[in-house]
Amino acid sequence: MDINLLNKLERNAKLTTKELAVFLNQSEQDVAASVAKMEKDGIICGYHTLINWEKTDKECVSALIEVKVTPARGQGFDKIAERIYRFDEVQAVYLMSGGYDLTVIIEGKTMKDIAIFVTSKLAPLESVLSTATHFVLKKYKDHGRILHDGSQEDERMVVSP
Amino acid sequence: MSSFVTDKVKNMPASGIRKFFDVAAEMKDIISLGVGEPDFFTPWNVREEAIYSLERRRTAYTSNAGHPALREAICEYMRTRFQLKYSAKEEIIVTVGVSEAIDIALRAVINPGDEVLIIEPCYVSYRACVILAGGVPVTVPTDEENNFRVQAEDIRSRITPRTKAIMLCYPNNPTGAIMERDDLEKICTVLRDHEDILVISDEVYAELTYTDENKHISIATMPGMYERTLVLNGFSKAFAMTGWRLGYACGPAELIAGMVKIHQYVIMCAPTTAQIAGIEALKNGLEGVQKMRDEYNDRRRLMVESFREIGISCFEPLGAFYLFPSIKKTGLTSEDFCTRMLMEKRLAVVPGTAFGECGEGFIRCSYAYSVEELKEAVQRIKDFVLHSTDFHGGIV
Repeated sequence: MDINLLNKLERNAKLTTKELAVFLNQSEQDVAASVAKMEKDGIICGYHTLINWEKTDKECVSALIEVKVTPARGQGFDKIAERIYRFDEVQAVYLMSGGYDLTVIIEGKTMKDIAIFVTSKLAPLESVLSTATHFVLKKYKDHGRILHDGSQEDERMVVSP
Repeated sequence: MSSFVTDKVKNMPASGIRKFFDVAAEMKDIISLGVGEPDFFTPWNVREEAIYSLERRRTAYTSNAGHPALREAICEYMRTRFQLKYSAKEEIIVTVGVSEAIDIALRAVINPGDEVLIIEPCYVSYRACVILAGGVPVTVPTDEENNFRVQAEDIRSRITPRTKAIMLCYPNNPTGAIMERDDLEKICTVLRDHEDILVISDEVYAELTYTDENKHISIATMPGMYERTLVLNGFSKAFAMTGWRLGYACGPAELIAGMVKIHQYVIMCAPTTAQIAGIEALKNGLEGVQKMRDEYNDRRRLMVESFREIGISCFEPLGAFYLFPSIKKTGLTSEDFCTRMLMEKRLAVVPGTAFGECGEGFIRCSYAYSVEELKEAVQRIKDFVLHSTDFHGGIV
């Protein structure tokens, strides 16, 4: 497993096999084989594009929901987590330490969509004890990338010693 | 009208880069591989510390030699990174960039007519600073054949009874060359026969070497060299802090005391905000350095590979963030090549001759740019060398 390769791909999934080979000082065949193997092993789970939807016309709302649940005997939190993460509108589910059990990140077109999901799908689940829904008002930084960073123009002089 | 400027200053040529910059700066839509500074921003923790210091009104002078906490941090850094032990009180001075350190070191050691060996190609200020200090610069050329590593014999043959100091810069700007232990040992053998020659070692690119086998070795760690070596280093390259103007010199207490004397009269102290930022950089910045180094290394590989693909010969640089490819096959001089690249392809690269006569036939390309910019730049060079048929039949 090549951590360096993974780090590079995580930051920029568009790098070509040839570029990766140059960066890593490996042959293109070796890089292609490593990537293929890690895809097969489920280490590389997908290639995504980070989009700042706020700059588009698309209507979309996201929320972070704190969920308290009763773990199932013998299965802990996994069973109830699965009941939740299988919904398509759910983007992420994390088991948490601290004051509540699961963080559920959900996306919908409108706040109403999310309200419907919480009241008709999530809250009624038998093991769910309580939910607290926090709507995202603005994303400043996502996946390590600052989304509103103003001008990134190169202010250096054209030539310097 | 009478002229107020001294002959010495009048006769000093303006930096070769400067001339080129003036032309390039006027042009629109050009891309550049011409800068000698990182494209990264100063890490946020460092900037944030500086902002906080201003909020707390830490805006007074520091002691002449530098903020004591910064000198302590430098002392610790030099010990852990480069195995060099200095007294924070007596053997370290904080300067306004390495540039100032070069100037005051030379002024502190040169008597009129003293000779200083300068290994070329090199940073543009060495020669000028020697002249301004009343000394005589003596060029020691290096060549591609020896990977731009200075050869012991070339040093020996230029030593005279007037030789006062030798200036080294490895990892090197503009070539990206480094010196391995064997190379250093060979020149130390020569220098040990001349104990009265001071070594001034500009190690500002020390953090930027790219293979495990080639980690930077300071000449001051070589046997018998510590007592006679002044090590210069700074924050510009490693921590992406060029505009802060922060450097330092470490060496024999007597020499540092002499430098502090000049420094206190002409500078007073390095900027306080920069010094506070420097403390944070040394304490919590080394991980950031590693990230930048990894990124530079990717680009370095990309550039060496790209130049080789288009048939431009380029020795593999193992340090700094420059490539120094040969453009001799085009039959053009460095200056003609760079002027035409600028005019015809709107790409700024620096003629090797800006760094000394032996830079003729080479150009300096910095890879402190994003991969996208580098690829575009390579494409333009490729277009130029492959499709310009008016010189020497192209390059391949």
